[in-house]
Amino acid sequence: MKNTLCTALISSMLICSTASLQAKELAYVTNEKSNSLSVIDLDDYTVIKEVPVGERPRGFIFNHDQTLAYICASDSDRIQIFDVASDMIIGELPSGEDPETIALHPNGQTIYTANEDDALLTVIDIASQTVTTQIDVGVEPEGLAVSPDGKILVVTSETTNMVHWINTSTNQNYANSLVGARPRAAMFTKDGKELWVTSEIGGELTVFDVATQTVKHIFTFTIRGMHKDRIQPVGIVLMQKANKAFVALGPSNHVAVINTANMVIEKYILVGRRVWQLALNADESLLLTTNGVSSDVSIIDTQTAKVEKSVKVGRYPWGVAVKQL
Amino acid sequence: MNSLPAASLWYTFQAIVVRELLRFFQQKSRLFSALVRPLLWLIVFAAGFRSALGLSITPPYETYILYQEYIVPGLCGMIVLFNAMQSSLSMVYDREMGSMKVLLMSPAPKAFLLFAKLCGGAILSLLQVVIFVLLAWGLDVNIPLLGLLYSIPTIFLTAFFLGSLGLILANHIKQLENFAGVMNFVIFPMFFLSSALYPLWKIQESSLYLYWLCKYNPFTFAVEMLRFSLYEQYNVELIALVSGVTLLCAFFAINTFKAKK
Repeated sequence: MKNTLCTALISSMLICSTASLQAKELAYVTNEKSNSLSVIDLDDYTVIKEVPVGERPRGFIFNHDQTLAYICASDSDRIQIFDVASDMIIGELPSGEDPETIALHPNGQTIYTANEDDALLTVIDIASQTVTTQIDVGVEPEGLAVSPDGKILVVTSETTNMVHWINTSTNQNYANSLVGARPRAAMFTKDGKELWVTSEIGGELTVFDVATQTVKHIFTFTIRGMHKDRIQPVGIVLMQKANKAFVALGPSNHVAVINTANMVIEKYILVGRRVWQLALNADESLLLTTNGVSSDVSIIDTQTAKVEKSVKVGRYPWGVAVKQL
Repeated sequence: MNSLPAASLWYTFQAIVVRELLRFFQQKSRLFSALVRPLLWLIVFAAGFRSALGLSITPPYETYILYQEYIVPGLCGMIVLFNAMQSSLSMVYDREMGSMKVLLMSPAPKAFLLFAKLCGGAILSLLQVVIFVLLAWGLDVNIPLLGLLYSIPTIFLTAFFLGSLGLILANHIKQLENFAGVMNFVIFPMFFLSSALYPLWKIQESSLYLYWLCKYNPFTFAVEMLRFSLYEQYNVELIALVSGVTLLCAFFAINTFKAKK
């Protein structure tokens, strides 16, 4: 009897401690026009602080252990290194002009950034804080994605309307694929076999077979009562633990929910104005959307596909990432 | 002051409430027309004014909502408004047909008789609102169903407020034909000059005077109170405001009724 009680007590303590470990998550949001980061506590959906950073912060990623974050301060022409513990900028990486988006290689040592104004992709070595190389790509490069095995990097170019396939070991562009007008974001599936690319003006989402770089599927979107010109796919996330993808549809103020098992668009979720980038929390129960024009972040329950709350942040939120404490 | 035993008062109360319910259900088209009106607004009007881009966030909403979701609490208010007015103005018909004299033969206090009548009307309002919200749910308008439970007291309070107002009008109307005047000069202005169909900030954009009229229209208080309760919240300030207006209307309804008898 005593043993049973002890076991129950220890189990409940373990459950409690695990729950408390999982509970606390913070979302970091870059505010393009307030030159700041807003930090949202995902326990109660409140903004707990706003931290000043470089000019026009957009792309934002954490390092693997989430102790540091890298911020594309576009108008400062640099990538800033943000120390999460102290909320301070502790260094900078050379980035070339106007870095907009950013991607981290799975090895945690190399960062890629797209230089929109120079039609370049810059490869940066984090340890030495030097530019390894710059690769010529199409006009106005934007979306970046690294395959899960780290062998392939893709970059989309907004004006050339292409996806450029780059071998990360040689840093050579080995293929180019045409997509719909103004490709914005790209993401690999977790098995690395498919690449999903959004085209803002084309209003499409293209799914590529990575091995052959051929188009497998093209999604188009229709929202009742909405002119198709307003439906502009931008940010994209693919769930790792479920067969779902979410696509931010820009000025249509909606996020599309796609069933990736049968490739059907299941629902459109109303969020704030000009929804841009998306991020999932650690257990993928929440999806966050940055809504630029309405200056807020909508927090969506991924199970019910309903918005829990829209939280005001700084002006023109752009990038978002979630840190687990 | 009459000192009737509680059993007699209960018997009187039951009789008046049941009469209200029977009268409603015997007019078979009344339930149908009571539901068609708000459904037409929801399906046709909201479709025309549908903003697929969503409306800005105002309490009690936590995020952006579609227009058809916004107008549901206002249409619930409309159901209560029409039902309460119709129920109270039936007093004019009772007076014309002589059934008022039968009612007044009761030894129960006049205020109690009016209270029982208002209760009958409130039960009918509640029933219609519940059916309407369930139908709206079927049309993919996401109002939390638990909100209906929260709304029982607020629907009753709204029905008492509007029913009392209707009684004041009924006490001043000599003939049933004057109902058209009540529609044009009371019901429609009250409904349109409120937050039932459009948020107050939207009205403020077009006219400040119109905004003030809408903001201080007691029907706006009732609609907003219903809006909060349908989303499982109670706004104490709005409940206090509607209660105050209800007490005022009830006071005048009883006094004008006494003067009329």
